[in-house]
This record gives sequence, C-alpha cells and structure tokens, in this order.
Amino acid sequence: MTTGTRLGHIATGAVAAALLLPLGAVAWRAEGWSGFRASDGHVLWFTLWQAMVSAALSILLAVPVARALARRRFPGRGWVVLLLGAPFILPVIVAVLGLVAVFGRTGAVNTALGWADLGPVSIYGWQGVILAHVFFNMPLATRLILQGWLAVPGERLRLAASLGFAPGDTFRLLEWPMLRGVVPGIFLVIFLICTTSFAVALALGGGPRATTVELAIYQAFRFDFDLSRAALLGAVQLCLGGAAALLSLRLTLPSGFGAGLDRAVPRWDSGGWGLRVQDSAAILLACLFLLLPMVLVLSQGALAVTGLPASVWWAAVRSLAVALTAALATTALAFVMAQAATGARGGWAEVIGTLSVAASPLVLGTGLYVLLLPVVNPVSMALPVTVFVNAVLALPFALRALIPAMRDLDRDYGRLSASLGLGGLAWVRLVALPRLRRPLGFAAGLTAALAAGDLGVIALFASPDQATLPLVLYQLMGAYRMEDAKAAALILVALSLGLFWLFERGGRHAGA
Amino acid sequence: MRSTITIAAGLTLIGTAVAAEPLTVYAPDYFASEWGPGPAIKAAFEASCSCEIDYVTGDVLPRLRLEGERTRADVVIGLNTDDAERARATGLFAPHNVDTMGLTMPVDWEDDVFLPFNWGHTAFVYDTTRVDDVPDSFRDLVDNHPDLTLAIQDPRTSVSGLAMALWMHRVFGEEATDAWAALAPRIVTVTKGWSESYGMFTDGEVEMVLSYTTSPAYHLIAEDDDTKKAAIFPEGHYVMVETAGQLARTDQPDLAQAFMDFILSEEFQSIIPEGNWSLPAKLPPERMPEGFAALAMPEVALIYDSAEAEALRDTVIAEFEAGMAAR
Repeated sequence: MTTGTRLGHIATGAVAAALLLPLGAVAWRAEGWSGFRASDGHVLWFTLWQAMVSAALSILLAVPVARALARRRFPGRGWVVLLLGAPFILPVIVAVLGLVAVFGRTGAVNTALGWADLGPVSIYGWQGVILAHVFFNMPLATRLILQGWLAVPGERLRLAASLGFAPGDTFRLLEWPMLRGVVPGIFLVIFLICTTSFAVALALGGGPRATTVELAIYQAFRFDFDLSRAALLGAVQLCLGGAAALLSLRLTLPSGFGAGLDRAVPRWDSGGWGLRVQDSAAILLACLFLLLPMVLVLSQGALAVTGLPASVWWAAVRSLAVALTAALATTALAFVMAQAATGARGGWAEVIGTLSVAASPLVLGTGLYVLLLPVVNPVSMALPVTVFVNAVLALPFALRALIPAMRDLDRDYGRLSASLGLGGLAWVRLVALPRLRRPLGFAAGLTAALAAGDLGVIALFASPDQATLPLVLYQLMGAYRMEDAKAAALILVALSLGLFWLFERGGRHAGA
Repeated sequence: MRSTITIAAGLTLIGTAVAAEPLTVYAPDYFASEWGPGPAIKAAFEASCSCEIDYVTGDVLPRLRLEGERTRADVVIGLNTDDAERARATGLFAPHNVDTMGLTMPVDWEDDVFLPFNWGHTAFVYDTTRVDDVPDSFRDLVDNHPDLTLAIQDPRTSVSGLAMALWMHRVFGEEATDAWAALAPRIVTVTKGWSESYGMFTDGEVEMVLSYTTSPAYHLIAEDDDTKKAAIFPEGHYVMVETAGQLARTDQPDLAQAFMDFILSEEFQSIIPEGNWSLPAKLPPERMPEGFAALAMPEVALIYDSAEAEALRDTVIAEFEAGMAAR
C-alpha cells in the first residue's frame, strides 16, 4: 500500500466519522424516541420516485448535449460550457423565481401557449419538482459526461475514423462503453441530490403531498424540535444513499480499452448535415432551457448592483474565502480518496465518498453544533464549520470526476510507474498532476462554486457580522428588498462562475 | 490540510473581535440583519449605557432548546406567541418585570414571562392593478373567486403559515378542513418561508399572498407605490405578536433587565414601524410614520393565547394537510 493510498483510507475514515458523529450527536441529544409516523411511507415514496425520475431525465437530456459539446468546436463554446454550469450553483430561491418566470402561470411559455390558443401548463405539482431538479442537475450531468467524452483517447477516434466507422458504430463501440463507465455513478449522485432537496419540492410541489424526507427533517427539527425523529430520518436518508451507492458500484463497468498517447485529437466523426443539425439543436435547446430562467431573474437585479451597500460586498469576500478554502480541502481529500478507491479494498472509499451527498445538511449542521457546544462557542466557528461541511458535501462531485480518471491513470500508467519505481511526491508531480489536471480543476471549481452559494449551515451558526452572500440574499428578501436580493444573486452567480472558470482554466491548459 | 486549518483559524478571528462581556441577544435573522430593526435598536441601547449588544441570529427557539442550560443567551427576542409555550416549557426564562400598562395592541396581555414588542395582522395582500374583485370577507374568499390565485407559507415550516392555519381554525371552526379544501385549487404554491411566497407575488405569479396588513406600508413608504393593499375581512384577522424574554441564568441580570425595560420605551418602539414593517406594541398613534395611517386595518383582532395555540397546533396542521390533500 502506498502512502497515498494509506492517506486515502485515513481520509475516508475521517469523512465517515464526519458523517456519522453528528448524526449520533443529534440522536444522543434527543429527548425520548418517537419512531416513524404513518405518513412517512408516502414521504419516502415521493422522495424516491421524484429523485429517480429527475435523475433519469437529467441524464437522458444531458447525453446529447454532452456529445454535441464534445464533438463540436465553435466560437463561444467555452462560454456555453461555463454558463451551462451555472444553474447547479444557483441559490434555490433564485432558481425557483427564474423557472416561474419562464414556466409559471404568467411566464413566457404559458404566454406563448396562450397566443397559440393552447391551454396553460402548470409548473406546480410533481412536474414542477422534476422540472426544477432537471434544471439544477442536467448541467452537472452534462459536465460530468463531457469529462468522460473528453477522456476517450484520440487514438481510438483516429482508429475509428480510419476503419470507416459510421456514427452508430462509434456509439456502440466507443461511446456506449464510456457511458456505461460513467453514467451509473453520475445517476447515483444526482439521485441522491434529489432525495435531499426540499426547498424546491416545497415551492413548486404545490402542497403537502410533495413532502420529501429532508422537509420532514426540517419540520422535525425546526417546528417540533423532535431530534430523535430528525436523527431517524437522517439515518434513513444515509442508508438509502449507502444502498444506492453499493448498487451503482456493481453497475459500473470499467471502460476496458488500452492506453492511448494521451493527446486530444479532433473528432473525425462529426461531419454530415444530420449530425450537425442534431448537435446544434441539442446545444441551442439546452442553452434556452438553462439560461433563460437565469437571465430573466438576474437581469432584474443588474440595475441595483451599484446601489448595494458595502456590507453585501463584504459578505461576498467572506463567501470567496469560504469557497477557496473548501475547494482546497475537497480537492486534497478527493485526490487521496480517489487513490484509495482505485487500490485494493477501495470500494468503501467510493461508497463513503458518495454517501456524503445523502447526508442531511440540517442534521450535519445540528450535530456539529451539539458536538462543538461543550468545547467552544459555536457561533465563533460559523465560517470554519461552513467550510468543513461544504468540503464534505462537495466530495461526491469531486470523486465522480476524479475516480474514473484515477482508474485510467492506474491502468494506463500504473505498471510503467511501478517499473520505474516512481512513487510518492515524484509520482504526484510527474504522473498524477499532469494527467489529472482537468478533473482536479473541475473538482476544485465545482466545490468553490457550490461553497460560495451554500446557505444551509451558515444559517444555523451565524452572527450578523459573519453573513455570507447567500445569507445576505435571504436577509434582503426577508426585508422586502427583492430588487437588491436579485442584485446580490447576480453577484453570487458571477462569483461562483468566476471561481469555476478560473479553476477549470487551470485544469484545461494541461492538454486540449 | 495545515493551510486549511490556518485559514479557518483566521476566519474565526474575523468573527470574534468583540469587547468583553456584551449582552448576548438571540434574534431571528430578519430582526438582526442590516435591513431589520436590530442595528438601530443596538445603537440606541448602547448609547444609554456603557455596554454592548451582541446579536446571535438563526432559528431562536430550536437553538435555545439545543443548548438548554448551556446557552450563552442573556435575552431572546423575536419569539412568536404561537411558539412561546414551547419556549416557556424549557424553564429557562425569568419574568420580564416590566409594566405592560398602556400597550397599543388590540389584544390583552397577561404573560409575565414574555414581553411583546411588536405585532401585526396576518392578511392576504394583493395588487390593485391586477385584482378588481377583492373578496370582502374570508368566507367570500373561500366560497367564491375561483380565479384568484394564492401563495401561502407552509404551517409546518413557517410561523406565518402556522398563523394562517390558526386563523382558518378560528374563523371556520369545525369546517376548517373544508375551507382548506375549497381554497386548495387556488393555492398555487406553498413555500417554506415568507420570502419565497412574497417574491412570487411581486413577480406577478400569484394575485394574492399570505402576508401582513402592514406589508403595503413598505411599498408605500420605501417605494412610493400605493398599488399593494391588504384585503380586510370582517371575520377578523389573526394577530401575530412577537415577544422578548430574559434568561433566568443570565450572568448579567441587571443589563438584561435594562434591555427588557428598554423594549417598551418610545425610543425602541419608534424604530419598529419602518424597521420591522410591523406595528409597535406601545406607541401612541400620533408617533406612527405617515404611511401607516393610510393603511386599512381590520376591526376585529383574533388571537389564541400561547397555551391555546400550543394545544391547537397539531389539530390545525392536520386540517391543513387533510384539506390540501383533498385537492
């Protein structure tokens, strides 16, 4: 076992502790046990059902878009790829208002349908929940699948072209095996994200029937102060995540090709008008679906940006610090955990690393609060705790990008490295970092963006002078200042996307 | 990882550079934020003594219960009457020791632990440019107006949502579930908190939103917009009273009591109308800002005292769930 792998196992143990200790703390602090309620069956069913459909739709829609982006080069492609990542990091409240502006009762779609004399479509109900989840997660799926596509060595495509592969052959022999390798893991992550969301489900679900497990946890904690129930539901959510993670491990197949020369090569299978039209349509529709809601909301805030008080900008600075620290921590964690995951008995690193997306942020935050209380004033720890929780919660996304790449690295260069006796930091510097720059940059960028936009934990801990940008956004809204709130959202999106872009750029300059 | 710890430690310092032994006041986010009444109240109180107020924000009651005897709070502000019973049950609070004579509230006040500082009626707010046929009673809203769309807050996650459920129970009694079922097709969405609903309303997605009779004052005074109005129902409007309490185990009992005494002072109370956009608990009408005089106010104020509200909580939430499910 190498040092890296050993570190990876230690990190995995630490993450497992970080997930389970708070849960235990909440259960320990509970006064009496309440058990399940009759309505919990329905809650669980709705949670699973909507998460399943949302994840499946997100991926189905993401595949053509990712493929189009992988085989097309056009001016502004970088911008499209960047902006497509934006919905994922949008604060829920902003995304909901954006979706309502497009698909709502008085939104653009229904106005257009009205001109065409067609009946209105309703965004409220299960369809709204799924629409919002697809809006949030399809970009993530696109990005992760695109990573997979870009990882197909150029030699294979060159070979495919020289053998005269039709698009169907390329798909069957090159792209399908790649998808088999990456999609189950992506499906799992999105499925788990959708099981833990609740503000979306509530706002667009249209009523109590759209209750998810996370909402039941919030209710148990915030309204009933039933900590045993919160812990119980939190445990249910974790078990669900664990079961799903184990299942997806079994489904994931290694792509199983030899190594290439590790250089990007232009796609030679992208000619033909049919494919061109298909790809353009995929990219155009995705842009419309993902960008229109954001543009409609954020443009309302554009005018108010200059009028924002200095405190909002300070909140932005705080968010920036949180984002950078979390990105650093997650990337380091994910790097060693990915090494552990590719080594012997590495399955648990992958399972634990995926599990944290199924952890209820509310239970995690509350548990940490209970754990910190005897030791320090938790309020003084607001920002470090925010960094910590975000670092853990972003881990699954980072691992999703890193593990397949690390596996390929191990398979393609492992023997060579071993025969050269290359290990330790020399291996990291000469082999790992150059090959993994792209997924590492992606992981760091995504974590930074997510952490910048996170509201969950800071709301439990903060004092007014520690507010981060998302918290300020909610404060502005709570004080009737909707315009200012949208301006703050604009800054938040710019900040998150800026971070994402910077980290990604660092990664992309490695190769292609 | 070491650099992470260093940075994290640095971040901690940003938040803790405060002088010794301030008065720790737990307050909801909207109260203590820059855009709430908190900062002005802090400045006014600190001017009267050589002391300092330190706000701690978040969900006040869950935090208090989580901390129990360990709490660092000296005073808690922003507890709703509908939540007060649970706060009382913690046994952490001491009497407020403040004379409540001369309150300008439509309901009697006998609680000697929780001191009211502001109040407001729950109401449905609409835009006069979009709604012509305004319901003239709660019964009228429930029975007629099939095209009037509503956004409300979930009684299981929000205090204003709970207030509406209690309001429905008070007005419709045994028929509350039926009334919810009659409203359900028009309730476009149920949101986690007030902000999401109100945002949908100002964006034009719904015609009416569950808010307060004082909401139009914000638009009138801050935005010079007189198109937002609250529909007034003769059956009466449920009143939400926000209160403050002092902790029995505070290490600064004198300072805590001084703050409690400050709450009903004119200086504190005159910050409330335009600070919290609600009605002060004790302020003569002539001291109210101009815009508030123009507000339509209900003649009947409905409220359950904190013990009744606590006893009814499960009932009214069951009514909401049953009525909405029948949709």
